[in-house]
Amino acid sequence: MAAEPDALRQKELVRLVRQDCGSCHGMTLRGGLGPPLLPENLHEKPADGLVATIYYGRPGTPMPPWKQFMSEAEAGWIVQELMNGFPN
Amino acid sequence: MRLFLSFVVALLLSACAGTQVRGTGDLGLIIERASGKVTLVDTSSRQPYARIDGLGDLSHASAVYSRDGRYAFVFGRDGGLTKIDMLEAKVVKRVMQSGNAIGGSISQDGRIVVAQNYTPGGIKAFDAETLELLSEVPAEYAPGKFSKVVGLADAPGNKFAYALFEGGEIWVSDFSNPRQPQTQRFPAGIQPYDGLVTPDGRYFLAGLFGEDGVAMVDLWQPEKGARKILENYGRGQEKLPVFKMPHLRGWSVAQGKAYLPAIGRHEVLVVDVATWKEVGRIPVRGQPVFVMARPDGRQVWVNFAFPDNGKMDVIDTLAGKVVHAFEPGKGILHMEFSPRGENVWLSSRDDNKVLIYDTATFARLGEIAADNPSGIFFTARANRIGF
Repeated sequence: MAAEPDALRQKELVRLVRQDCGSCHGMTLRGGLGPPLLPENLHEKPADGLVATIYYGRPGTPMPPWKQFMSEAEAGWIVQELMNGFPN
Repeated sequence: MRLFLSFVVALLLSACAGTQVRGTGDLGLIIERASGKVTLVDTSSRQPYARIDGLGDLSHASAVYSRDGRYAFVFGRDGGLTKIDMLEAKVVKRVMQSGNAIGGSISQDGRIVVAQNYTPGGIKAFDAETLELLSEVPAEYAPGKFSKVVGLADAPGNKFAYALFEGGEIWVSDFSNPRQPQTQRFPAGIQPYDGLVTPDGRYFLAGLFGEDGVAMVDLWQPEKGARKILENYGRGQEKLPVFKMPHLRGWSVAQGKAYLPAIGRHEVLVVDVATWKEVGRIPVRGQPVFVMARPDGRQVWVNFAFPDNGKMDVIDTLAGKVVHAFEPGKGILHMEFSPRGENVWLSSRDDNKVLIYDTATFARLGEIAADNPSGIFFTARANRIGF
């Protein structure tokens, strides 16, 4: 995994995931119009695919690309945290 | 004598402490999404008067009101349905009705509260008095396949119309017999994401995410089936990414025209409600989320999806264009007009405030502290179809 974002950036990313990804996936990440993103929902999925979904979006679904708001390494950090139980 | 006096004093005190007699027409509530609280507000004094805790996960929560405006029914994301007494400022009943919910409605006669659910997909009807479960309609659109339900709206005749996200259909359930609802199904299109019923209760519209267009059912003539309006409004151009789904509830029909958010375009679509043809589109500064008319229809206020969610655009419906654009705060999630529209209240999530504006002068009149505020719901909704 690439270098972790610094503490301030981590805080921003956590807020982004909870509040903005949360519009579809739920603030508690238990799912909404988008699927749940809890560790038990993700553990069998390959991390690379999840990073690509965040970074490039998933055509044919409402999932948009988030690349203008983060680097691919930051998307990787988000996936790692989601799989371990996302911080509050 | 001393005993008698202290008795009189006690009587006076208890009289003062007792509930003051008052109406409910100028009350409302603010959802505090992250902390499971609601703040109760008075829209005349523009002040909060109580705060209620313990409502669970209120992200994306919404509320409807009993017809006397005394009770609010709050639908939480976690499936919690909470009945609040607005005058006594307390929870009178709370049930967990599903695992993952997305809002609800109240029937024309005020006796049935219906929740719409993502998991398990479908709707459930409750007695408004007791919150006893009366019946449910699972959104099983194909054998063993359940859909998330979106866009639930009340319609005359104790009917409820809603759309099935995965199922691609509009369903209309008649709760004339609340324990045995009868459901009609209509094709809608790809991925309906939300719905609305027009102010007269006649048309149900479901916005489509998976294709350019809006599906519509004439509830006065359901035998005519569903039709598609605004087809190909994107004209085949590539869509801009949508970082938050627009909301259609809180419809805007003003001066014979409906104002709707475009999907993947930074535009508000204008439709003539006599012909249902597009008659214009108004450029705005982001992906519209709420496009809401002031009650008199002279203005339409628009907020936006991330990353433009600090902005607000105000359309003058006479001029047909944005006449006021401003940045009132950070994370403007929702807006609610006072019953006759002289004020608008805006949730500024990241500022932990609700901001109150004069809609004629655009001057800020005040603010109320709230923890991550989202939905704002005033009791005037009790008297409106589709709210």
